[in-house]
Amino acid sequence: MNKPVSYNEMYRADGAVHAHYKSYAQWLDGKPMDYLLQKQREADTLFTRLGITFAVYGDEGGVERSIPFDIIPRIIRKAAWKTVSNGACQRVRALNAFLKDIYHDQEIIKAGVIPAQQILGNKLYRPEMRGFQVPGDVYVHVAGIDIVKTGQDQFYVLEDNLRTPSGVSYMLENRKMMMRLFPELFAAVPVAPVEHYTDVLLDNLRAVAPAGVTNPTVVVLTPGSYNSAYFEHAFLAQQMGVELVEGLDLSVTNNRVYMRTTRGPQRVDVIYRRIDDDFLDPLAFRADSALGVPGLFAAYKAGNVTLANAIGSGVADDKSTYIYVPEMIRFYLGEEPIINNVPTWRLDRSDDLKYVLAHLPELVVKEVQGSGGYGMLVGPASTTQQIADFRERILHSPANYIAQPTLALSTCPTFCDSSIVPRHVDLRPYVLSGKTVTLVPGGLTRVALREGSLVVNSSQGGGTKDTWVLEE
Amino acid sequence: MLSRAANNLYWMSRHIERAENTARLLDVTHRMSLLPYRIHETEQSWAEPWALPLIINGLASNYYERYPGPLSPDQVLRFMVLDPANPSSLYSCVQSARENARTVRGAITSEMYEDINATWLEMRNQDHDRLQAGGIGEFFEWVKIRSHQFRGVTFGTMLRDEGYNFIRLGTFIERADNTARLLDVKYHTLLPSAADVGGAVDYYQWGALLRSLSAFDAYRKVYRDLITPTKVTELLVLRDDVPRSLHACMNDIYDILKVICDDSSLEAERLAGELHAQLHYGRTEQIIALGLHEYLMAFLGKLMLLTTEINRDFLVPVYTQQQVMP
Repeated sequence: MNKPVSYNEMYRADGAVHAHYKSYAQWLDGKPMDYLLQKQREADTLFTRLGITFAVYGDEGGVERSIPFDIIPRIIRKAAWKTVSNGACQRVRALNAFLKDIYHDQEIIKAGVIPAQQILGNKLYRPEMRGFQVPGDVYVHVAGIDIVKTGQDQFYVLEDNLRTPSGVSYMLENRKMMMRLFPELFAAVPVAPVEHYTDVLLDNLRAVAPAGVTNPTVVVLTPGSYNSAYFEHAFLAQQMGVELVEGLDLSVTNNRVYMRTTRGPQRVDVIYRRIDDDFLDPLAFRADSALGVPGLFAAYKAGNVTLANAIGSGVADDKSTYIYVPEMIRFYLGEEPIINNVPTWRLDRSDDLKYVLAHLPELVVKEVQGSGGYGMLVGPASTTQQIADFRERILHSPANYIAQPTLALSTCPTFCDSSIVPRHVDLRPYVLSGKTVTLVPGGLTRVALREGSLVVNSSQGGGTKDTWVLEE
Repeated sequence: MLSRAANNLYWMSRHIERAENTARLLDVTHRMSLLPYRIHETEQSWAEPWALPLIINGLASNYYERYPGPLSPDQVLRFMVLDPANPSSLYSCVQSARENARTVRGAITSEMYEDINATWLEMRNQDHDRLQAGGIGEFFEWVKIRSHQFRGVTFGTMLRDEGYNFIRLGTFIERADNTARLLDVKYHTLLPSAADVGGAVDYYQWGALLRSLSAFDAYRKVYRDLITPTKVTELLVLRDDVPRSLHACMNDIYDILKVICDDSSLEAERLAGELHAQLHYGRTEQIIALGLHEYLMAFLGKLMLLTTEINRDFLVPVYTQQQVMP
């Protein structure tokens, strides 16, 4: 199979620079490689010294690394951003309506749009949430929608992250880093600000407080300092000016949640939790969880505390549910999807399975409930042996997998080993819901640093870039 | 603020202060060891200057488990400087302080975190033999400077909120504890050889004690006289203008507790007030009459009660069942 030609976001096929990259290209033109190398080193040093790090799963002893940061920004035209922004918001509105529906009247099942088994048989579906009214009908307060670009105005949604999407701190820190390294660039290029993200987040969280609470206390709940995303949890709490709590700091009395402070117990109204459903409350879910708060779920069901995101939202971001999202958009909103799904084969269907097994070298196969780039096969980048091994895994439990064509992900110029080379990227904008459904102009651009690689996850050798949405 | 956050801030500064105190003590001991003067009563191994860092931190048995046989200066240094298995080594103190800071990085300023993280990153890359070759005194100086710097960054950037108070509380409690222990152990070592009073050995020994508490110049300025045990006691226990004296530490501790205590934590405030009053109205003659050792032991006992009380009222992060909700 011929490798598809990827769309380069900065350079046209004839070598000229796309219009929206012109100012940046002019600036870059006069810069010697030594200068860029020095700036790259400066950035790496700063990230380490500032302790902007993540822990890699599987590493011994909580090794911290800083995520590789690339000093060349990704630039997005205002018009293209409009598509991304509208498309991502539309999707979140539909997903939220879907969650409300499946935990109440289940109209979408009655209408035959999605088979009942797909939802009710999903282990991420929480029957405990049936009939429970969440404040403001908001289930997904923070969503990370992974979007890829394959041509000038061609976007696809790769997946939805509706449980505890991470990475937004890198969006914000990358911008700070760019402004520190290249302040003059921001005078030359009209970059839309992203810094107000945490203000919008706090505003939304306060808006979904339990009824009757006028001045809600918001906290961020973290699994603790050994969690891979701990830096982000601490960062968000600090930026919002709220407490960062662990399960041990909270307790429940008479279905009310309190945190232990130096001035005694203080009532908590809204919890932005970064702990999975399973671990939230040992009395309601996994009894062996030491991270959670006994009685939290009962307090939630009593309407005395709001959890963001709501319990049970995972059923909507499962990769086997993903394929129904375009239908949800039509069903709940009566609109056509602004951004399409990637065509997806479901391996629990025998026709699809047959096709996929015959075309493994050209497809991407993913685990239905996997995340973080673990447990996936990128056909064109794998050896015959790897493909044969993966085939065995698929045959063992086909329903655990979906497959997609290998997309020609767009590339962005990236500074690697003292030269500027094209590398594949994706984009994760963060959609916030509460008062309204909105996002700040930007997101996390992840870049696959290895040549030809399509896997952008930080756990798999990916890096990040600052994402510039142009204001004009 | 969250009790757990307060606890981390309190221990962050205690660990930094402990690292500084240990570096001071090791530095002075190391310098003393380079001089020709030694204590004569060598049969008292606890009187050996290199035993001091172990005794003060309650680490003697840990040390001998790890290094059986006679006390060796090089092994004490290995144990106290970079040994990650020793929870009070300089390495471990900085690591713990940085871990405390990382856990509550939202409660401190980014400048503070950057500073303490940079210290840790440098500490992590140290190697004992390289330190020895480059002059280990330089390294003790570096630890002291990083501690000064961190306190400076804290003072210069942090909001004067509750967290700030807990940071300072940790610093002064650790400092008072250290001064009392150091004084007690040193005093024991020094007093027996009454014949040496006024002699060179004695002079250097007392000088070392004062230096390790940055009080040598202060002594000169205040007394302009020979170093005598009574005056050293007065200086390090009762004078409140010497920053590492017990009185100075208790001034700060009492002031901080007056601010952070409320109706539910009156006992902590009372204990601190009592300790403070004892120092404020105390007289050197009384202390000498009672015996400095007895006096210091009583002080350390009360300080322990106070820290237990602080722990219970503010820091311990888990609810007890009896607690009544509002």
